[in-house]
Amino acid sequence: MGFILRRLGFYIAAFWVSITLNFILPRLMPGDPVSRMVARLQGEIRPEQVDALRRSFGLDDSPVLVQYWHYLAKLFSGDMGFSISRFPTPVTTVISGQIGWTLLLGFSALIIAVIIGNTLGILAAWRRGGFLDSVLPPILVFLGSFPYFWLAMGLLWLFGITLGWFPLRHAFEAGTSPQLSLAFIGDVAYHLVLPATSIVLVSIGGWLLGMRNTMIATNAEDYIVMAEAKGLRSNRIMLRYAARNAMLPAVTAFGMSLGFIVGGALLTEVVFAYPGVGYQLLQAVQALDYPLMQGLFLTITAAVLLANFAVDIVYVRLDPRVRAN
Amino acid sequence: MSLAQDPRAMAEMDLGIGPDEVLTTPVPQKTPKSPRSGLIHGLLSNSKSVAGLIILALFIAVALLAPIISPGDPMLIQGFGAEPPSAAHLFGTTAKGQDVLALNLWGARSSLFVGFIVGVAATFVGLLVGLASAYFGRGLDNLLSLVTNVFLLLPGLPLLVILAAFLPQGMGTVIIVLVITGWAGSARVLRSQALSIRGKDFVAAAQVTGERGLRIMFREILPNMASIVMSTFIACVIFGIGAQAGLEFLGLGDMSTISWGTNLYWASNDGALLTSAWWVFIPPGAAIALVAFALALVNYGVDETTNPRLRRPRGRVHAAAPTPVTASPKGQDR
Repeated sequence: MGFILRRLGFYIAAFWVSITLNFILPRLMPGDPVSRMVARLQGEIRPEQVDALRRSFGLDDSPVLVQYWHYLAKLFSGDMGFSISRFPTPVTTVISGQIGWTLLLGFSALIIAVIIGNTLGILAAWRRGGFLDSVLPPILVFLGSFPYFWLAMGLLWLFGITLGWFPLRHAFEAGTSPQLSLAFIGDVAYHLVLPATSIVLVSIGGWLLGMRNTMIATNAEDYIVMAEAKGLRSNRIMLRYAARNAMLPAVTAFGMSLGFIVGGALLTEVVFAYPGVGYQLLQAVQALDYPLMQGLFLTITAAVLLANFAVDIVYVRLDPRVRAN
Repeated sequence: MSLAQDPRAMAEMDLGIGPDEVLTTPVPQKTPKSPRSGLIHGLLSNSKSVAGLIILALFIAVALLAPIISPGDPMLIQGFGAEPPSAAHLFGTTAKGQDVLALNLWGARSSLFVGFIVGVAATFVGLLVGLASAYFGRGLDNLLSLVTNVFLLLPGLPLLVILAAFLPQGMGTVIIVLVITGWAGSARVLRSQALSIRGKDFVAAAQVTGERGLRIMFREILPNMASIVMSTFIACVIFGIGAQAGLEFLGLGDMSTISWGTNLYWASNDGALLTSAWWVFIPPGAAIALVAFALALVNYGVDETTNPRLRRPRGRVHAAAPTPVTASPKGQDR
């Protein structure tokens, strides 16, 4: 329990840092964001928008600490202000419509990469110098060296444009609306193939190598020799003795890559115009929609922190040593 | 930023350690030769790292010689738009009619420069934080570890985008932003290594003889972690090159210079994908991948020279068989 509480405290500290960062950044910028936006969007911005903006940034003449206090108070009442590019939609509404797509893309890609990568890693380490161990790592490391948005572009060009097998953009066919029907789910899965594959291809090498290297260390342990001496079947030793003990770093890495899936799928989303938070973040940046940008950043951070906290709880279940401390 | 290019994720997976475990990479023993020259010797006798170093040298040569190989402003329009590769334009032309080869030769300069500077700066910050944490311990260690872990956890790419959006555009901003988002991974790895060396007897001996803290940190502890500093640096360079390309692909980097990232941005903006002008978008990505792959190869070399357990056994060996330790020639044993 102490471990969980300590971690919770840490995540709260991390969240506070990102909130504060969010507060400080617009104030570090040369000129204030509102006048910059007004200047950039000459004529397109209405006076009531300027007012809403000033309020949403808490930009008045009060001392910085008071502004900070107001900012925190507003944030905790769930008010992130209004989106400029979609005025007068509240930022929270925009975000809640999009986080689901990001989670769908990120999680499906992550789960597939974790399962395939770790399985291959276990097999490669178990037969060191064998076929899997000598052929796969170099290929996957080479694949992993490609910028993943570039791989996404390549897949889009090859399978989307040249061969025409998969759709080019968006999460579902234009003209349909989200509903619970088999046809719609199939359509979503169809649109998911290319973006998810591009992420899986790039990340799989990391999982394979991580698992392989830990497994090699585990394989040298005495209890493996003991298991062999007892005459246990090879598969049983591989999975129940070696892989199980080599799994923990992968669990930690899983937690860390949750950050990657929520935020890092940004570039993939941009390439495929996938309607997730990453794509929205870029659009917000291009439209100088600062409230939406900040809201998105906070949401992404909060999602990452929550996911990591969940992994910590799982970790306590998996590793009794953590509980003992 | 892919998983493999993200030093925060990679550093941990490469070494196969959990967050709070102390690294168990064998620390190079003090030999008459200094550890660093041993590392270089090891790198030069490892086929992977030699291959990596050759590729890197080629790219660096291209970057330095770009004004000689391809004189003139690469942004100038050289021919018709969207021409496929031909004798006149080996890599074809962009939709605007610029020579793709020239753009990418010149692009190497900014990409490699930013990657290198980010690598140096992020490793340096990480090293300072790691050494200070390990040496002073207690309160300072707790504080620095907290800050490191917070930065590790903040989602990197969105943070990059937000920072780049709020700060004025330019190469300086790109570098600062990349260092801010990239230092934490190296700090964590270097801290755990420094921590394990901190516990060795020779550090205690140095303290007893009254050496100053700074001297112990940089003259006693640092030389013993040369290999891990090296691989951290390489991971940071890979991160720098990839993240810069990502930022510029989004149009958020320094759009006034030519880099592989801006080449991809323009390729995508000018519809190279839709018009199937593959010769426009393949070269910059391939260049980034080759450099990152070469760096990864060198990193393997570093790993294999310093961690004998990772050396590939000859032929198939059963997993549970003890790893044979081959007797190495004198002067090289470590």
